[in-house]
Amino acid sequence: MSSDAMAIHQGTDVGSRPWVETLHGWVTTVDHKRLGILYILYALLFLAVAGSEAMIIRIQLMYPHNSFVSPQVFNRIFTMHGTTMVFFVGIPVLFGLANYLVPLMIGARDMAFPRLNAFSFWLTALGGFLLYFSFLGGSGLYGAGNAPDVGWWAYAPLTSRAFSPGHSSDYWTISLLVAGFGSIGTAINIIATILCMRCPGMKLSRMPLLVWLNLVVSGMVLIAITPLSAAQIMLCVDRYLGGHFFDTQAGGSAALWMHFFWIFGHPEVYILILPAFAVLSEVIPVFSRKPMFGYPVMVGATIAIGFISMSVWAHHMFSIGMSSYGNAFFVLTTMAIAVPTGIKIFNWLGTMWGGRIIFKTPMLFCIGFLFNFLIAGLTGIMLGSAAFNWQLTGSYFVVAHFHYTLSGSFLFGIFAAFYYWHPKITGRMLGERLGKLHFWLFFIGFHVCFDLMHIPGLLGMARRIYTYEPGRGWDTLNLLISIGAFIQGIATLIFVANLIISYFKGAKAGNDPWDAWTLEWSVSSPPPAYNFASIPTVASRRPLWDLKHPEDPDSRYE
Amino acid sequence: MTNMHKMEWRVVAARVSGILVILTGVLLAAGMCTASPHDNPVPNIFDPRSTPAESIRDHSYFVLAITGLIFLVVISLLVYAVVKFRDKPLTAGREPAQVYGSTQIELAWTIIPVLIVFVLFLATARVIHAIEDARKPATAVEVTAIGHQFWWEYRYPALGVVTANELHVPVSDPAHATPTFLTLLSADTDHSFWVPQLAGKTDLIPNRVNHTWIDPHQTGVYVGQCAQYCGTQHGKMLLRVSVDSPEEFAAWVQAQKQPANHDDKASAGRRVFETTACINCHAVGGTNGTGRFGPDLTHLMSRDTIAAGAALNTHENLRLWMQNPDAIKPGSLMPAMKLSDADLDALVRYLETLR
Amino acid sequence: MSAITTPLPEIPGSSALPYKGRVGMACLIIAESAIFTIFVVAYLYYIGKSLTGPTPREVLETPIFFTVCLLSSSLTIHLASKLLDRGKRGAFLALWFLTIVLGALFMYGTAREWHRLIYEHGLTISTNLFGTTYYSLVGLHAAHVTVGLLMLTIVLLFGLEGRVGREQSARIDVLSMYWHFVDAVWVVVFTVVYVLGR
Ligand code: HEA
Ligand code: HEA
Ligand code: HEC
Ligand code: CUA
Ligand SMILES: [Cu+2]
Repeated sequence: MSSDAMAIHQGTDVGSRPWVETLHGWVTTVDHKRLGILYILYALLFLAVAGSEAMIIRIQLMYPHNSFVSPQVFNRIFTMHGTTMVFFVGIPVLFGLANYLVPLMIGARDMAFPRLNAFSFWLTALGGFLLYFSFLGGSGLYGAGNAPDVGWWAYAPLTSRAFSPGHSSDYWTISLLVAGFGSIGTAINIIATILCMRCPGMKLSRMPLLVWLNLVVSGMVLIAITPLSAAQIMLCVDRYLGGHFFDTQAGGSAALWMHFFWIFGHPEVYILILPAFAVLSEVIPVFSRKPMFGYPVMVGATIAIGFISMSVWAHHMFSIGMSSYGNAFFVLTTMAIAVPTGIKIFNWLGTMWGGRIIFKTPMLFCIGFLFNFLIAGLTGIMLGSAAFNWQLTGSYFVVAHFHYTLSGSFLFGIFAAFYYWHPKITGRMLGERLGKLHFWLFFIGFHVCFDLMHIPGLLGMARRIYTYEPGRGWDTLNLLISIGAFIQGIATLIFVANLIISYFKGAKAGNDPWDAWTLEWSVSSPPPAYNFASIPTVASRRPLWDLKHPEDPDSRYE
Repeated sequence: MTNMHKMEWRVVAARVSGILVILTGVLLAAGMCTASPHDNPVPNIFDPRSTPAESIRDHSYFVLAITGLIFLVVISLLVYAVVKFRDKPLTAGREPAQVYGSTQIELAWTIIPVLIVFVLFLATARVIHAIEDARKPATAVEVTAIGHQFWWEYRYPALGVVTANELHVPVSDPAHATPTFLTLLSADTDHSFWVPQLAGKTDLIPNRVNHTWIDPHQTGVYVGQCAQYCGTQHGKMLLRVSVDSPEEFAAWVQAQKQPANHDDKASAGRRVFETTACINCHAVGGTNGTGRFGPDLTHLMSRDTIAAGAALNTHENLRLWMQNPDAIKPGSLMPAMKLSDADLDALVRYLETLR
Repeated sequence: MSAITTPLPEIPGSSALPYKGRVGMACLIIAESAIFTIFVVAYLYYIGKSLTGPTPREVLETPIFFTVCLLSSSLTIHLASKLLDRGKRGAFLALWFLTIVLGALFMYGTAREWHRLIYEHGLTISTNLFGTTYYSLVGLHAAHVTVGLLMLTIVLLFGLEGRVGREQSARIDVLSMYWHFVDAVWVVVFTVVYVLGR
């Protein structure tokens, strides 16, 4: 095995070419697989950046009255951390997976609009680099330059010229606007691909759940990212043309921005979690050796989540003084979302139930996800209960809730995806030993960090504060939280090491290392440029199951 | 194969239980170090001293109980599934029965959550209504709180009092309720009024009038802080509410209504005050200082802290504040006044007469 | 670890999947509708909230003629693409050109109105909330009309070179979807700005 391990990397035409040409090939590529890889690498880069920013936050908050960074820098760092994680880790990784997997899973040779695909990627990339270019402005790196310092919601009127002179808010607005257009382009592309490029027999009701979920996510991107783009255009009008949309001194409304932002912001968090759901829906069946339990209901629940999530935005605004009826309405919609989400959790459990669960690293991350997301959802219910929310909002309890969903669930799902599809993408397995170490370290670090983080919130610690008074019962907790964060950092480094080592030394994967059932496992690893030598035809949701079990194919039951 | 599976499983179980034990321990320890505000100013939301905060606490116990129950049920199912259906050497290689779904079960786990959601919604709506739509009794004290970057202005229109940063309210005896009703405004960006032991948050938003109320049952000083990000010094926009006995409160109001103390010994400092930019931003009753950009200083010395709780109100801190506010609160909107040492001393001596 | 090497069997299946151009354009229209919705909401929210004049009632005149122009261009483009379907290239080009003229007339109307507002009434985007919302909403729409006109013109040029035939009719359909959308948005903008807004 080891002797021919190197061969696969040179097997393709890449190895023999000079690096300039290789680079040129990557930069000008319109191949969905290469663009998928670019998206993913880009997201990884920013995960390291935003993760390092999280480490800066945690160092600063380790002790009361710490002065590791100044308040100005702290504000920039948490803004950049949140913005980067959401827009330049979450969205690219989701599009990367969709780009790579959707055509393969529906038996297509490429996306519907390959050039739009490349264009969208480079727009997103430009957005991220523009955002980080802000660090070089103003007083330079040390004072954190011109980096935005308005929080990732950029509430008005903090972003108006009066309160945000200079260009820091412009960097925030324009880079996200650009990246937003990229996201819309890719979403259109994914939808068109799914609706128009399926191979024969791949009815909508037979698509892998990952494809379904990406269809829903892309639909949500279309109607959720656009309100943010619209609001950002308005902000640009305010800042550059002297408009008054959010200029409170000329009668503009601060609350209007809140509404616009959260009409985007809440669906956005589901846009981030649905791809993780999608990964679970592929990984759990394979490692439980059973088909997805209640496939139609899973699809229905996803669509329900998509719809309901458009109607809950004001649960981020329970403290802005809405009427009791307004508050009650949003309590109801917010809690309603627990029902379809619960269905998903139960269906995954149903899939595991009676199965033969194999604890490979991808599955470990999925089980970790289930555990974390259950808690995350339940703290979400507490937050959704408006009266309770009046005490919890704006405190570290919220920060704990959403890191449970983002770090504990979204990242876990993404890690599962890495371990699961790495063999397909690179042709080599990711190391299991390092993988398990990564999982356990991250799991422990995560819980030390974010379980404890709920408590300072309950003890009155507000978020986005660069320091705090000693003696309020927060000191020890914050120290422990920081330690947990560092453990996560170490775990992530192990993951990166695993990626590098496996790339060169990993075991050869073969076409179908997990004995899985969807079409991507029927082609070589990595797949050839054209994906399928001949376009496949499917007769059920698990084409490879049918192939492997001709005596008992799925198609008999559908 | 066999051994490996067993090993792995034991290690997993040991690790999980280890983590759980550690976590419970830490949680308990943290829970125990919370106490009343008198001996330990922990603004714990589970230690309320006023009706809105109490109703929220009671409601939160209800929500916690229900979510806790859901957690236990689902986690038991998960743990059971993981333990029971793990890949055993006996079954290795054989595919389990392929089950595609079950309408009854799926209906059950749809309907039960719907019912739970409905109960939670009704319970929440009741508390929202009780707190938000509470009627204002005639005996209520009215205060207008105005959020500024990064300090609080308080006006008592009926009493003719203007002060900053430290709110004084009377204790409210349930028999003769004297709650305090606050009207919340903002002079610049969004802020949020949050004193956890007294009430939940309500934001202060420019161009918008918000309301909240408290009726503290126990005297003492309650702390909190601005809970809506409002700029550089959001972190040190702290809140202090002093709940006074009725007599103390009356005395405090009386003192606040007095014109500023003008001690002749400090007239040099007063001249400095009146001839530098201070007056553009600060008001002192009876001087030409009528600025409203910064806190009213008429009774500065009646406050325990300066700069919205960023520092104790001591001679040294006052002097440092005048010299270089950034040393106490970097990014605050008060500029360093660049006074000569003599002027500075005179000024601080003058400020110290403003009782 | 089993490896599948045999490709899946290929069974000729007849599946009628939608045309990707139409789907893509439909998605774009959904996204654009969301953008316009937000601008419309902002416009409605700020009606009557300006702290200073001029107010819409004082300065706005209803652009009936130009509205008719724009709306009828929807008809002409529809007919044009129908004609192309039937292979009548000459008639297609004529109606296509008419569509462009009508669209350009509409843009002229907007330009004239803006000129009047700016130079006669001193209303600019920074004057008050009305100015801000008015120029943004109408301007956003005008920007879409402009983009549409550019694309129509490109097609016209290709057409004049004789390069637009029946084979392109699916693409022409996609473009006319966009143009219909721009017209439909105008109905909303018109109602909001000239009817409700006063
Ligand atoms: C991936 C991201 C993600 C996900 C999936 C969620 C899921 C949920 N979130 Fe969260 N949330 C965020 C990311 C996410 N959130 C972020 C980033 C913020 C803060 C942004 C910021 O302020 O910066 C936030 C903030 C936030 C708030 C505002 C807090 C505040 O600032 O005041 C609220 C309030 O209602 C809330 C509620 C919920 C609810 C009810 C869910 C539900 O979807 C959860 C549903 C799941 C379950 C309930 C568990 C499983 C269900 C069952 C086992 C069935 C049985 C259960 C019942 C019947 C209850 N979230
Ligand atoms: C996907 C989203 C996501 C993720 C994964 C995370 C992950 C983490 N976050 Fe983040 N966070 C947000 C989204 C996210 N966060 C958002 C939206 C906000 C709100 C911002 C706002 O208020 O505006 C926020 C705010 C926020 C705060 C509150 C700041 C404040 O209010 O003052 C804190 C504080 O502890 C924090 C900590 C952490 C930690 C410790 C992690 C850990 O899980 C991180 C783990 C570490 C890594 C994953 C990478 C480690 C990398 C290295 C060690 C370097 C490696 C280097 C090379 C490879 C070269 N985050
Ligand atoms: C540009 C406006 C400005 C000028 C000029 C100014 N201040 Fe201030 N001052 C402020 C602001 C704003 C604060 C509140 C800062 C905070 O807490 O963030 C403040 C706070 C204070 C405080 C603390 C008050 C309290 O109760 O917390 C004192 C005392 C004070 N200023 C005195 C002075 C004196 C004396 C001068 C003149 C030598 C002066 N200030 C000049 C704006 C100003
Ligand atoms: Cu004021 Cu935060
Ligand atoms: Cu939300």
